[in-house]
Amino acid sequence: LSLDSNELSELKSKIGRNPTSTELQIVSAEWSEHCSYKSSKKHLKMLPMTGALVINEKGYDSGVLDVGGGYVVTAHIESHNHPSAVEPFGGAATGVGGVIRDILSAGTRPIAIFDGLRFGNIEKDQQARWLFKNAVSGVAAYGNCLGIPTIGGEVEFDDCYRNYALVDVAAIGFGKKENLIKNHAKKGDLVVLLGGFTGRDGIGGSQFASDSLESEDRSAVQIPDPFIEKLIIEAVLEARNEKLIHAMKDLGGGGLSCAVSETADALDIGIEMDVGKVHTRESDMHPDEIMVSESQERMLIVTDKIKLKKLESICKKFHIECSVIGHVTTDNQMRVKKGTKTLANLPTDVVANATLLDLPSKYPEYLKTIENEKKFKSISDYSKTLMKLLASPNIASKIWVYGQYDHEVGIRTVVKPGNDASVLRLDNGKFLSAKIDGNPKHCYINPREGAIGCFEEACRNVVCTGAKPIGMLDHLQFGNPKDPEIFWTFLESLKGLTDFAKYFEIPCIGGKVSLYNETSAGPIKPTPVIGVLGLIDKKPLVPQKISENDCLAIIGDTKDEMGGSEYFEYIHKFIGGKCPTVDFSESKKNMNAVLDVIDAKILKSAHDCSKGGFAVAVSELCMQNMIGCKVSLEKIPGGKLDIDRALFSESHSRYLLTFEKKNLKKLEILLKKNKVSFEIIGHFEGDKIQFVSGTNSIVDLRVDKAQKTWLNSLRDLVLHG
Amino acid sequence: VKVGVIVFPGSNCDRDMYHVLTDVFNLDAQYFWHEKSLPKNIDAVILPGGFSYGDRLRAGVIAAHSPIIKDVKKLAEKGIPILGVCNGFQILVESGLLPGVLLKNESLNFMCEWTNLIVENNTTSFTNQFELHQKIPIPIANGEGRYYADDVMLKQLKKKNQIVFRYSDVVNGSTDRIAGVCNEDENVVGMMPHPERAVESEINPIDNKPSSLIFESLLVKMGVSN
Repeated sequence: LSLDSNELSELKSKIGRNPTSTELQIVSAEWSEHCSYKSSKKHLKMLPMTGALVINEKGYDSGVLDVGGGYVVTAHIESHNHPSAVEPFGGAATGVGGVIRDILSAGTRPIAIFDGLRFGNIEKDQQARWLFKNAVSGVAAYGNCLGIPTIGGEVEFDDCYRNYALVDVAAIGFGKKENLIKNHAKKGDLVVLLGGFTGRDGIGGSQFASDSLESEDRSAVQIPDPFIEKLIIEAVLEARNEKLIHAMKDLGGGGLSCAVSETADALDIGIEMDVGKVHTRESDMHPDEIMVSESQERMLIVTDKIKLKKLESICKKFHIECSVIGHVTTDNQMRVKKGTKTLANLPTDVVANATLLDLPSKYPEYLKTIENEKKFKSISDYSKTLMKLLASPNIASKIWVYGQYDHEVGIRTVVKPGNDASVLRLDNGKFLSAKIDGNPKHCYINPREGAIGCFEEACRNVVCTGAKPIGMLDHLQFGNPKDPEIFWTFLESLKGLTDFAKYFEIPCIGGKVSLYNETSAGPIKPTPVIGVLGLIDKKPLVPQKISENDCLAIIGDTKDEMGGSEYFEYIHKFIGGKCPTVDFSESKKNMNAVLDVIDAKILKSAHDCSKGGFAVAVSELCMQNMIGCKVSLEKIPGGKLDIDRALFSESHSRYLLTFEKKNLKKLEILLKKNKVSFEIIGHFEGDKIQFVSGTNSIVDLRVDKAQKTWLNSLRDLVLHG
Repeated sequence: VKVGVIVFPGSNCDRDMYHVLTDVFNLDAQYFWHEKSLPKNIDAVILPGGFSYGDRLRAGVIAAHSPIIKDVKKLAEKGIPILGVCNGFQILVESGLLPGVLLKNESLNFMCEWTNLIVENNTTSFTNQFELHQKIPIPIANGEGRYYADDVMLKQLKKKNQIVFRYSDVVNGSTDRIAGVCNEDENVVGMMPHPERAVESEINPIDNKPSSLIFESLLVKMGVSN
């Protein structure tokens, strides 16, 4: 049990007696970091959570945005780190399942999945390779079977995730505003458990996830069954259409303990339930096990006696179980019985609201010297260096990953994975653009600026499709919060995100905090992952094929900020230096300028400049279009830069624009009007990636060779080591 | 005319297919749950893609024993056009309505990518509007999509002109690059790629016209077009 002695005495004083064993189990699950957010909740309130499009209703597990025409988009992000580090296939698969049910519980149909995956160094570490391969299979197996397209994500490898895995899954839902479940309940309503059988898997999962990963507790990992989940989705949506659902919540961390207490607390009711009515996988399960089992594919639904008949017949059609496990009372107590015997009788607000902590924070020692830069030996052959970066696991194409995900099902995917952000068409004639981004290398060096950078990068990505950012999801992943130095990095990241969100008026519509991400080797680097949703009222910019003599422009300054770059870390094996920072007003100007030129329909594509810097971003355009380019490095805006910085600095707020020569004048006029720093730096031609500085050739690389390496290196690494 | 879209537990392309039939081709389409029966006067039947029964045991094998398959067989005998896409193709194969078998892809992975098909038989209920050897850019999305036939069966398929589509390149290790086949009467067609994902220009990055001809062929066959 994860309750410490203080919490135990607090519980005793709140209920005025010794808790029963079932009560202890329930409270331990619900007061775990995973379920209660006790370390972070106080601080999360700083994020702006309201906005013109945000719909706030009680008891929602996902954020809701009004996208017009009577339609809403829902979104949520979750992680399944601890389970995935132990059993990557099941951990990743159930991670997908959990976040999908959060979307479903608002009464919306899930229409897209994003996955952010992080592992150790797969070039050296066989374990990391195994974790990666199986986590991808897990996401694929679950999402594909549900028929929900996985349309984007990111994959990153870093030594800080050695023997560990971060598996983040975001999901998007869509539906009619009138179909949203307006959670409510009245006395005598029935509490129904619908879906999979409750078994002995995932026992204590939320507590397992609220501590450092030291043992491989496989019984704490849940078992995935996407087929049952698919049936639940269809059954629930049918029940929603028939207005049979008063309130709904998915069962995730903490199982029944969490779902029952949180539903009761949110709706200001009491719930009395009987564990004997729960359909179980094994007949001899102890009531305590039933209350904390985290078996997957289960939904808690509040309905009434009349509607129950219809609900039961829908469940019968889909051959899924549906048990009435209790009823709604007015005494705000969570009462758990087995037959006539009362096993637990707790005030719901006590269970659902752990005492929030105010943990101390302290500026970390390691940051005192981290910005000092080392002098490196100069590079003699930049073509070779660029090739090495294109083949590196963090920069190489992720086609081996998204090629295993059905990203077309649902026939909404207009801009497909492999581009900056993916775009879905909506039934109201608009388009939704979305992307998730993280950058632990930057965040390690500067937790505040790094987090802001992730946020801005996700915004840049959706802006490249012509979308205006309308909402953000934050997933804050850190080590043990009781270490004041770690908690400081958490607070800094959160403050940075808050400042950016307020300045750009992008509300945070959902999120998750995952702490205790450590192994015996130590904590992970701070890893906030930010998802941004953007809305396109007219048409998205779908990247068009670049041809001979098309032009290339760059918006935004390239600066001397190489800290945390792939170039420093992968090529020079150096962690340190000054990491890129975002100038808010410049960032906003650049975003608006890009949206303006997209609106003018004069672009072939817009591409964000990020990991690997300018050199990689231009190479990506060439490799995706199988065309060469000639680019003058001295034209890159941003003051005097040496070749290293011009090619590989990962400065933010930069965009590459491609367009036909005939649109050059129009583009210049528009960009000047927007007062942004920009330059026409080259054009596309031939079959070589050529970067020149004055008359010197810096990079001269055949596109076909680069493309082959870039496309295949990740797959080769996974399959052959 | 009425086109039936069969829904099995785990079907997940049923809504996409329905959208294409109704919103793109203005057909009167109707869903049929696998435990229901099909009306005798139905004009065409489509088995959509998905993971019926979660692909347990083997893709399509459990759904092939659904009550509705009896009706599908009767309609097939009557010459009614029947199309199975992806999991629908697997179900048609498992129910014996089409020859051959579908195995795990050579890569052993689920594969989602755009491929090119070549039309090898342009007289079936779903290909009569194509030029022979016409190219169709179209996406696949499957884990068990490798068509297999032994030498005897392959010879038979060629002789009776039952190979409807081939991949233009080696995609997943299918025998003779086969992507779709038909029965001897050419009214039952099964294919692994997804035409319903390729008929709208908004989501087709290459060319949506060729895939549309699959549905236009059906319209002609049912006598509702041109």
